[in-house]
Amino acid sequence: MSSDDPWPRMPPRESAIYDRYTIAEIHRAAATGIYDIRGFGAKRRLPHFDDLLFLGASISRYPLEGYREKCGTDVTLGTRNAKKPITLKIPITIAGMSFGSLSAPAKEALGRGASAMGTSTTTGDGGMTAEEREHSSLLVYQVLPSRYGMEPDQLRKADAIEVVVGQGAKPGGGGMLLGQKISDRVAEMRTLPKGIDQRSACRHPDWTGPDDLAIKIQELREITDWEKPVYVKVGAARPYYDTALAVKAGADVVVLDGMQGGTAATQEVFIEHCGIPTLAAIRPAVEALQELDMHRKVQLIVSGGIRSGADVAKALALGADAVSIGTAALIALGDNHPRWQEEYRKLGTTAGCYDDWHEGRDPAGITTQDPELTRRLDPVLAGKRLANFLAVLTLECQTLARANGKSHVHNLEPEDLVALTVEAAAMAAVPLAGTDWIPGRGC
Amino acid sequence: MARKPVAPGHADEPTRNTTFDLAHMSVRDVNRLLHEAEHGDFVIKNPRGLHAIVAGLDGELNVSIDGHVGYYCAGMNKRASVTIGGNAGTGLAENMMSGRVHVKGDASQSAGATGCGGLLIIDGNASARCGISIRGLNIVVKGSVGHMSAFMAQAGTLVVLGDAGDALGDSIYEARLYLRGKVKSLGADCVMKQMHDEHKVSLRQLLDASGIGGTVDVSEFRRYGSARKLYNFHISNLGSY
Repeated sequence: MSSDDPWPRMPPRESAIYDRYTIAEIHRAAATGIYDIRGFGAKRRLPHFDDLLFLGASISRYPLEGYREKCGTDVTLGTRNAKKPITLKIPITIAGMSFGSLSAPAKEALGRGASAMGTSTTTGDGGMTAEEREHSSLLVYQVLPSRYGMEPDQLRKADAIEVVVGQGAKPGGGGMLLGQKISDRVAEMRTLPKGIDQRSACRHPDWTGPDDLAIKIQELREITDWEKPVYVKVGAARPYYDTALAVKAGADVVVLDGMQGGTAATQEVFIEHCGIPTLAAIRPAVEALQELDMHRKVQLIVSGGIRSGADVAKALALGADAVSIGTAALIALGDNHPRWQEEYRKLGTTAGCYDDWHEGRDPAGITTQDPELTRRLDPVLAGKRLANFLAVLTLECQTLARANGKSHVHNLEPEDLVALTVEAAAMAAVPLAGTDWIPGRGC
Repeated sequence: MARKPVAPGHADEPTRNTTFDLAHMSVRDVNRLLHEAEHGDFVIKNPRGLHAIVAGLDGELNVSIDGHVGYYCAGMNKRASVTIGGNAGTGLAENMMSGRVHVKGDASQSAGATGCGGLLIIDGNASARCGISIRGLNIVVKGSVGHMSAFMAQAGTLVVLGDAGDALGDSIYEARLYLRGKVKSLGADCVMKQMHDEHKVSLRQLLDASGIGGTVDVSEFRRYGSARKLYNFHISNLGSY
């Protein structure tokens, strides 16, 4: 190279710290003065079920024939105290999502899909709609801090009750349903004026702490004559203690929602920076149950980022009795589908990235109350799509269970798993693949 | 909800003027019998601060409780009239739908929380968060109320003959507050409003229904409600939150 040659031109170098998204967010914050609110769940990369592998059978483990030998998938919830426990045919339930955040056809579709597969769906803020009760063979009724729409008759019509303490996307936070989604019907159900931003409280109005919770659960049981299973849902924060306290308070079922769990509307900073990953939450919760001799007696439902039968199987292997899906269920209904790409672009996004569920402009007709958009969702077809998805999750889970020699998905166990990363090994308390090393476990 | 029929003469059939003694019966047994009753007069003795007494009633029942009750007495009450001879614990008549609940003594925290309808009368004082998130329930407190009363109250009325603690009506929606005594402080978006004739009439009706209409002058009350400035989140209101 002679001295006359130009200096080599260096390509633009993007900062790992100030990447394009971060810079855009700083510009957005500087322009508006307000934090970003969105739906969906955590989008950052987190240790997750992808970081675990099943070992499968070998000389020392005997597999089941995939197309011949049965592998059970049923789970019964509420055996501890309820006169009428509920039995799900598959260990996958539909998480609580409100009418208001979702359209009426979306709620109906969730009920149709879940019922077709013999599993439950769940109400949300605002109470129970006639459509979801009619189309849900098993319906869990949420008792939320806001108590919007809460009625004792609805409580009695439910098959189970879920006291919501928190959710994974925002443990410690309440909710917000923005005014543009408050239709006449939503406003009436929530006893609030149309068009205002509806704040859902972060604390229950009539109890604080585990001792009060025990009495609250007693009241709910009294009102429903001790028939219904009572769940307690917590966002994954301190799962060991929260699980133990929920058991102490009398819960029949603990629902544990990791930080990948979805939300209809929450501050981005909350979604991405509060709570712990689902993978890290399961084992402490299971250990609390085991220490109390309540594992399998108080059932554990895990949610937050369940997308496939592999995720289901891994959650069960770590000790869960069932899983719950929300975001994946909405995607199965048609959320973020490429068929709406042109409209996603008009909204400044693209299919696969749409997360402004709070704005009420969902092209797929799911997270909206706009009558025109809502009509786009056929609840029968969407329900069928959800049923198909649930069937695939179940088949995949069974496939992995049989490969590990299990005649029931609940026979999966941590011993069937290894981790791909040190972090996942520590969180899930399974060995790093190819070693017998479980970080943090003294072995 | 379809009610389980009880055959006449059945051993479990509740009858008029029936007395239940919680010294010898469980709360579960008493509530079960009352849930099966469509109408009748009942007396509950020895409540001894037990929780969830008469929770979930739904019938034309008159229930008198001789003594103090624990948490959630008359929770989610529908149609029934419940009178409590003593004091009441947390969550008295929470989420009440209709009917009437009357406590002769004081009420602890969150009395009438999220109630949708009916009338709750508290002869003594009510502690913090009285009427929190009410959705149509009318509450008359003859004494004073604690802090954060009527927090996020959506609809209905809170009448207080005594004083109110800090942050009365914080983040209130469309509920109406009538206060005869002093208020320590108002919560976010809660303001004093003019008392028009319609308000005096509705207040008079509530006082009459509470049995004190003839002894209280409605002109002594001040009305509070929502300024409606925080109904939609806006960054310019940041200092209010």
